[in-house]
Amino acid sequence: MHSSVGQVVIFALPAVVVAAFAILAIRDRRRAGPAAGPGFVATNGWPVAIFLIVAVGLWTVFMIVLPMLSMIDLSFRPRLPPPQWGSARDIYTLENYRYFLFGSTTSTASWNTTHLKAFGLTIWVSILITILDFVVCYPIAFYMAQVARPARLRLFMLMLIAPYWVNEILRAFAFRLLFASQGVINRALMGAGITDQPIDFIAADVALYSGLAYAYLLMMMFALYNAIETLDRNQIEAARDLGAPWWHIHLFIVLPHAKPGIASGATLVFMLTAGALAAPLVLGGPRTLWFTPIVYDRFYQAFNWQQGAAYALILLVACVVFVLLVLKIFKLRLGEIAK
Amino acid sequence: MTSRTIQKAMLGFYIALFFAYLFGPLVVMGATAFNTPAYPTFHPFEGFTLKWFANLANDRDIVYGLKNSVWIGILVVAVSVPVGLAGAILLTQVYSRAQSFYYLIVVSPVLTPGVIIGISTVVFWRHLTDITGLKFIYDGTVLTVLAQSSFISAYTMLIFLARLARFDRTLEEAALDLGASRTQVFFHVLIPFMMPAIGSAIVIAFLSSFENYNTTTFAILADKTLTTVLAGRIRVGTTPALSALAVAIVAVTVVGAVLFELFKRREQDIAARRAAAAARSEAAETAAVPAHA
Amino acid sequence: MTAAVQLDRVTVRFGDFTAVDGAKLDIAPGEFFSFLGPSGCGKTTLLRTISGFIEPSAGRVLIDGRDMRGIGPNVRPTALIFQNLALFPNMSVADNIAYGMRVRGVPRRKRAETVERLLDLIALPGQARKRIDELSGGQKQRVAIARALAVEPQVLLLDEPLSALDLKLRQHMRNELRAIQRRVGITFVYITHDQGEALAMSDRIAVMNRGVIEQVSDGRTLYNSPETAFVASFVGESNILAGKVASVDGAVASVDTPIGPLRGRNVRGLRPGSQALLFLRPELLVPSADGIAARVTDAAFEGTGTLLTLAAADGRPLTVLVSGAAARDIPPKGAEIRLAYKAEEALVLPPDAAGDA
Repeated sequence: MHSSVGQVVIFALPAVVVAAFAILAIRDRRRAGPAAGPGFVATNGWPVAIFLIVAVGLWTVFMIVLPMLSMIDLSFRPRLPPPQWGSARDIYTLENYRYFLFGSTTSTASWNTTHLKAFGLTIWVSILITILDFVVCYPIAFYMAQVARPARLRLFMLMLIAPYWVNEILRAFAFRLLFASQGVINRALMGAGITDQPIDFIAADVALYSGLAYAYLLMMMFALYNAIETLDRNQIEAARDLGAPWWHIHLFIVLPHAKPGIASGATLVFMLTAGALAAPLVLGGPRTLWFTPIVYDRFYQAFNWQQGAAYALILLVACVVFVLLVLKIFKLRLGEIAK
Repeated sequence: MTSRTIQKAMLGFYIALFFAYLFGPLVVMGATAFNTPAYPTFHPFEGFTLKWFANLANDRDIVYGLKNSVWIGILVVAVSVPVGLAGAILLTQVYSRAQSFYYLIVVSPVLTPGVIIGISTVVFWRHLTDITGLKFIYDGTVLTVLAQSSFISAYTMLIFLARLARFDRTLEEAALDLGASRTQVFFHVLIPFMMPAIGSAIVIAFLSSFENYNTTTFAILADKTLTTVLAGRIRVGTTPALSALAVAIVAVTVVGAVLFELFKRREQDIAARRAAAAARSEAAETAAVPAHA
Repeated sequence: MTAAVQLDRVTVRFGDFTAVDGAKLDIAPGEFFSFLGPSGCGKTTLLRTISGFIEPSAGRVLIDGRDMRGIGPNVRPTALIFQNLALFPNMSVADNIAYGMRVRGVPRRKRAETVERLLDLIALPGQARKRIDELSGGQKQRVAIARALAVEPQVLLLDEPLSALDLKLRQHMRNELRAIQRRVGITFVYITHDQGEALAMSDRIAVMNRGVIEQVSDGRTLYNSPETAFVASFVGESNILAGKVASVDGAVASVDTPIGPLRGRNVRGLRPGSQALLFLRPELLVPSADGIAARVTDAAFEGTGTLLTLAAADGRPLTVLVSGAAARDIPPKGAEIRLAYKAEEALVLPPDAAGDA
């Protein structure tokens, strides 16, 4: 299929989406009957109605839907020099995806082990870090939400908000200072005589993984805190009075209640970790495998935007699959976690 | 010792450990900014110095990046606060299936990795400017504002939604009944009610924009912001000047965030005082009403 | 004289549900008029239709003789006091009261004068700069009234505004509302589910049930001569006995009830053989030598009288309010007594189609 067809599709799709939305909204109104009250323009008045439509229209169409569609479109195109764009050779192809799997746009002889391994490792490590962050945060979140007195809670909140707003590059930088060959940890180890050679934490990816686990910890913390905070303290008291052991209270009362918070924390931490760019750039060694720097290099080292778009899309699909899995496992709807 | 006190001690220890982990790296980074050696280290502490901070002010790239970051932050606030507000208001006016569909679209940027938002924005606008010939749009600052606003608008929308959920619709009806036009209702009733949320949204939007790296590094093209300058420098090597910059940025954002938090507290205290005053007049009134009215 | 508010067969439907069904009545200028009914009877819908938030599905609303079709709430000569008052929390007392004038473009000086005058009227002088969340419930109430009066409406609509107050204050505010209405002289349309409120304040009351106006009259008539079983049971207390009309003798019908044949005023001219309900107010029944046999099960002293609870021959409970001279001689618990009443004071009414009462 020639890619000019795609052009039409790309610009027609948002129109279809907007029209579908309008039809849905109108049908919902019809079903509600006169109880729905006056219409959209009558409810808001002309100036506000225009503001709402224009602002939301520009946002959803030009900032969300169209960019995503053009990225998808680009990912299915061959790499061509600019003069040939839109020419007869610019046809839809799977070669960018084939490259991800086989390292070649023509042969399927051998697997593209570097990229596949990087991708697999990124997903796997992100999942582990998500779980680790949950385990680290849960006791503190529970303490703040259910045990701490108001004054202590205020202090803790302030202490958490401060590091929360520290830039992620700076967090990575701080870890680099800790783990560098002349860094704090190596000097301490050598000073204590545990080792006489500096340990290369960066090449061993220790620095990267601890930096990643650190970077998005507080996302999990606030998500958990908000969820546990809404649990009625009396429920815990009641369970304790009935003689439930502490682990039973957490497993069967607190955790089920905090489900939406756990899901939203997990989604955020996973998405941010798998999509992290600053930490791998700053804390990664020359042989470190992480997927986002590879995507970055497709664009700004190899200048192969088509392939970069395909790689970005693969990452996005992985994230969407993760979100869907979390929703499925926790039996939740999207609206319950995105808060 | 009872098991309760052991539990308490363990919890206390864990909390201490947690905050040590949280602040340790940042404290180390901060300390290196004030130490004299040219390689960033805090042990041995050879001497207190502020020269690394002075170096910063003379670093043209960093000063340029800082200006650009502030400028972009202001533009992002200008876009994402009204857009988020419109998004939230519209969400309260559509129902059932249309609402779920709409919500899915506007919340998707929150759940999309930042690099992908940056990439898709650049890809789309390069394409569009090729077709239309509007070359001025394909500019690092413009693209960064567009890319950042796409997800920061979703943040602000979520802030506004939380506030809107507590809005009393009869206030709008009351204003209307007293003769206000729909537009007047919007500006006299809804906007003042949303004011605290608008304040929060401005702060959050600016901070999110200022500290963003993943999206910016793609969308900024050949231009620079403070975070991209910083990332470039850190990749090349570490110097105490970078620690100094880190300290400066952390100081600004943290002081901002903490001030904002304290400001919110003050608002709550004022509300509490008013409620107390209301309770007092309530008591006075009940006492004043004649027993057999 | 043109009616202040005229409802001309107003019907409001929400989908399949008919909230107001063919409401037809006139409210005179300067009248304190109440709609009384249980929750869900359609009174709030009717009020919102008068104020313009809801367009009737059929029929017309006329205010001062003018058809209000297509005229929005912001241009109608009505002002509404909401159940939750809906005061603007971001504005001071003065700004709240002046709001209607502000959007009408009344000059600042004039606004300030009016606010002064109204603060005097509602007995809150010198409180102009206070914030809404610093006020007590009663003070908020007064500010809401002043805010509505400030736009000089022809009709003031009140949606159960006293329901949030405690009992003592509520009774006090009833008197005050009535006094304010007399002073300003405009038409008040009040809705409530509290018959005490309606009876105490109103010139006339419309009783509503299931979207239908059952009866419109002054409070005394409503209490003494209800026209439907619903009105008779909703307004005031009654002992209700179901049965069949046995015979009709002029204005009085005899009904066969489970505790024997009883006579009452045949308000609606029921024929012998038709189903009927006999209503006996507790204060109409008097212990006497002859009449309905009953056994005293309980006696509660209520200050102005004593409320007796009795069991009739078939065990059903009856209540009797004994007051005045008779109250000096209360029969003891367990006593077998007889109760008499004047036949023309009891009422014989057909049961409601829907089967309540």
